[in-house]
Amino acid sequence: MIVVIDYNVGNVRSVCNAFSHIGCEVKLSCKSEDINAADGLLLPGVAAFGYAISALGPLAEQAKESAFDGKPLLGICVGYQILFETGTEHGEHEGLGLIRGSIIPIPLGKTVPHIGWNSVKIPEDMELLANLGKQKNFYFAHSYYADITDGDTRVAYTDYGFAMPASVQKANIYGTQFHPEKSGQAGLRILKNFARICKRNTGKC
Amino acid sequence: MLTKRIIPCLDVKDNRVVKGVNFLNFQDAGDPVELGRRYSDSGADELVFLDITATIRSHKTIVELVEKVAENVFIPFTVGGIQTVEQIDELLRSGAEKVSINTAAVENPDLIAEAAKRFGNQCVVVAIDVRKSEGKRNRWKVCVKARTEPTDIDVIEWAIKVEKLGAGEILLTSMDADGTKAGYDNKLNRSVTDAVNIPLIASGGAGKLEHLYDAIIDGGVDAILMASVTHFGNYTITQMKEYLADRGIPVNL
Repeated sequence: MIVVIDYNVGNVRSVCNAFSHIGCEVKLSCKSEDINAADGLLLPGVAAFGYAISALGPLAEQAKESAFDGKPLLGICVGYQILFETGTEHGEHEGLGLIRGSIIPIPLGKTVPHIGWNSVKIPEDMELLANLGKQKNFYFAHSYYADITDGDTRVAYTDYGFAMPASVQKANIYGTQFHPEKSGQAGLRILKNFARICKRNTGKC
Repeated sequence: MLTKRIIPCLDVKDNRVVKGVNFLNFQDAGDPVELGRRYSDSGADELVFLDITATIRSHKTIVELVEKVAENVFIPFTVGGIQTVEQIDELLRSGAEKVSINTAAVENPDLIAEAAKRFGNQCVVVAIDVRKSEGKRNRWKVCVKARTEPTDIDVIEWAIKVEKLGAGEILLTSMDADGTKAGYDNKLNRSVTDAVNIPLIASGGAGKLEHLYDAIIDGGVDAILMASVTHFGNYTITQMKEYLADRGIPVNL
């Protein structure tokens, strides 16, 4: 089962709906025992960085421990951003630090927030984005992006006048700046991929 | 490259879509879930559900509707007719991606800041309805309360203010152009896109496919809202996008 960590940020239901729609068992929970028992964890997110990290509270440590233990973890949007070391939205905040890098504002001169469907170039070796073809459009809605300094990552980029990271993978830790749960069929495919990764990890398939 | 968006808007009352919807040849325009799904399948980039009653009682109904839509529609949707931060929280938790605030933002601009700080700017759409000032060229004043009440607020000043407060997008309707089918007011659109750095969604005035192109090129808009009542012709969303794509505009086809 995939547990969507309920930490009082927006759009938790959308992620659960999307997993249910693709026939995947999912539970929305903030309980330690559920998080421990999960095959995989999902950090959703429609919130500001600082609000998200403080709302996560003690669950932050647990999510980190689970990730260190090899449990697949997928962060979406702000849930992806807090995987990194620091965020600068509404003041400087410490993230989970699972991936080296910081969350910084989209450079001046661009329309901000970056909202809408943008194409992502998909590298061949990213399992989360497998079976999608070489390029697909996904729905983005954010004002900050991840400046990734971690060499142990695979990164897919989108073009916003510069190559902006759209998705990351570091061992069992995955993230998407865009919203797969709101990106139509291609997005649902990504969630299916994550479900498959989780099942394989626990030897259930 | 970021694509330009086509966004159908559905007016909702008592859990039903009201007024005519003539984008697709539906017999029943009433079921928001079915309509949402059909629009999503037919190429809409997002959806807007506008609670046209927007009362405390209707809010409960719209939350239930959002829950049902979110179970079946996997593209972003915005809910309009918001008055408080608590309502925003509830709608986002129920599956809405964004909320749009109109009159409540004019009455209490801090609502924009509060919402942006808690949920992030990208969730907060400020809807602005404007009418051209009489006798003055290129000046527009904001109207509130479902367009019934004119104010003395200048659109450019208001747009700059809402951006500063944390609005993530502006949904701008020209009341003069709306329903005329003579094209968007691109002087208005351009004045706003030149003044702010956040995306602009334009609404009101489409009569031909080229009006969409003009709004993007002359008005500089990022997205076009298709209000169901004033929607033109029998074009499908895919046809609109193909028209734009043929002319070099990036769209999500």
